[in-house]
Amino acid sequence: MSNGTQPAIQLDKVNKWFGQLHVLRDVSLEVATGEKVVVCGPSGSGKSTLIRCINRLEVHQEGRILVDGTELTDDTRALDTIRSEVGMVFQSFNLFPHLTILENCTLAPIWVRKMPKAEAEALAMEFLTRVKIPEQAKKYPGQLSGGQQQRVAIARALCMRPKIMLFDEPTSALDPEMIKEVLDTMIELADSGMTMVCVTHEMGFARQVADRVVFMDRGEVVESGTPTEMFETPQTDRLKLFLSQILRGH
Amino acid sequence: MSTTTTTHTPVPERSQPPLLVAGPIAWMRANLFSSVWSSLVTLALAYFLIKFTVGLIDWAFLKSVWTVPTDPATGKLNPDACRQAKGEGACWAVIWDKYRFILFGRYPFDEQWRAAIVLVLFLGLFIVSAMRRFWRPVLALIWVAVLTAIFTLMWGGVFGLRYVAQDEWGGLPITLILSTFGLACAFPIAVLVALGRRATNLPAVKLICVIYIEVIRGVPLISLLFMASVMFPLFMPVGLNPDKLLRAQIAIILFAAVYLAEVIRGGLQALPKGQYEAADALGLSYWKKMGLIILPQALRLVIPPLVNTFIGFFKDTSLVLIIGIFDLLTSGKVAVADPIWQAFSTEVYIMLGLIYFCFCFSMARYSQSLEREFSKSVRR
Repeated sequence: MSNGTQPAIQLDKVNKWFGQLHVLRDVSLEVATGEKVVVCGPSGSGKSTLIRCINRLEVHQEGRILVDGTELTDDTRALDTIRSEVGMVFQSFNLFPHLTILENCTLAPIWVRKMPKAEAEALAMEFLTRVKIPEQAKKYPGQLSGGQQQRVAIARALCMRPKIMLFDEPTSALDPEMIKEVLDTMIELADSGMTMVCVTHEMGFARQVADRVVFMDRGEVVESGTPTEMFETPQTDRLKLFLSQILRGH
Repeated sequence: MSTTTTTHTPVPERSQPPLLVAGPIAWMRANLFSSVWSSLVTLALAYFLIKFTVGLIDWAFLKSVWTVPTDPATGKLNPDACRQAKGEGACWAVIWDKYRFILFGRYPFDEQWRAAIVLVLFLGLFIVSAMRRFWRPVLALIWVAVLTAIFTLMWGGVFGLRYVAQDEWGGLPITLILSTFGLACAFPIAVLVALGRRATNLPAVKLICVIYIEVIRGVPLISLLFMASVMFPLFMPVGLNPDKLLRAQIAIILFAAVYLAEVIRGGLQALPKGQYEAADALGLSYWKKMGLIILPQALRLVIPPLVNTFIGFFKDTSLVLIIGIFDLLTSGKVAVADPIWQAFSTEVYIMLGLIYFCFCFSMARYSQSLEREFSKSVRR
């Protein structure tokens, strides 16, 4: 259904509450096919909730979300289809500890895409090579470092050949020396033309790959623009404050 | 102090700590004789342990009676030798005389070879099921085939085997049938009930599961067995009266499923939410998510309590004694009702205890090896 003009992701006045806490307020956002969007903001600003709404790990309560032209509703079959088209990388990796690295990668292609095992394994090895850990294929997640696990998580998502990749703070749980290897993998992925939405505090990464940076605070999209606009000439006080805090930390 | 250049001499590597710190003497000093009190307790316990062991060996082996002669006048065994040794030595002659009755109950004496083959088949089934290399779909076929063979042998009536009615069955085969069938049928039910109880998006299913669990769990197994054996037939139309063993079996399955379900639910809840989310994010459907990701991990987590429940239920099958089903415990009890052997029930109960112990201990050891095996692959 997708064509050049239709956005990959479309959020229209999305609202969500956790109990009485209004965590998303009238959030509207469009992501074009091939576009790379970085979402940033202070903790508790709703950025993770936003990205988790895109594959319905969180259910929005008002507004519309369309992914690749299909609206997210309670229709579980349509939802499973959308989820198989949208890859997700979590802050805490969430690899399946009882399966080997290779099995982690081949599981969804075999069981969701009905791919023959040999083909799925070849595909998995291709992506594991791309994230530079093919030699770990027979090991279990618990035997790998955090950075390696996160790269496996990226490969696992890519094995479904998704149209869109979502990253939910992919480097926040990593030791500093491992952040770079994961970011390098993500940069390479961005260069290959993948549509990406990434929640991250890595401003260097945002500058390098993002077409657009979206700044969220208290559940709202406060400001958005190109990385240069956002970082050089922030318009709102909230973004200025956030940037000063981030930069002080670096 | 004069200024010197500090040089670093490498510390030589030694293959073990000094013997007085890590050897057996050190271990004893640390664990058995660390203080005056600890030494006294150690010595006292050692004294009682040795005295008990010596007494036991004396009773069970040295002063025991292994066989008794047949009385030529009556043609029956004469237990006088046992009566004389009573109180000092065990009378193993009772086992020698009664072991076939204890093992097979009232199963016709000339057909007991069939029940013996059934026992061998059960043991083979357990051993094969315990080996991980058989954990494939073919195992289900093996189960169906072996269980069919078991019931064919027990009932007979085909292949020239004499028909043996179910109320003539007894002993260890009954215990193994009740526990094997009980747990094998209860387990899948338990998985479904555990999942059902956590299905927050299906309130009706959840409610049914909660009611089932709470009602059955709130009732003693004995009363459930009574209901199955006494009350249930009253509600059935005349002439349609399912076999007593089957009714007891169903009661045991329903009861075991509840306990297993709660154990499994514990495992489901212990898994991090991220595992559910990662499976969802890959587009796995509910049943694939549960079957491939969640249950394999949840069940591994609860191996110890699961095996605990298994062992408990293996022994609890002996409660069918009160509704007159002839299981291992019943046949032991009936064996010592024989006037010749009435005074020698201890020996019989020791033998029954040993049989139960062998099964339960094997289960316990097996679960430990399984845990070790799994923890090798899942090092978090």
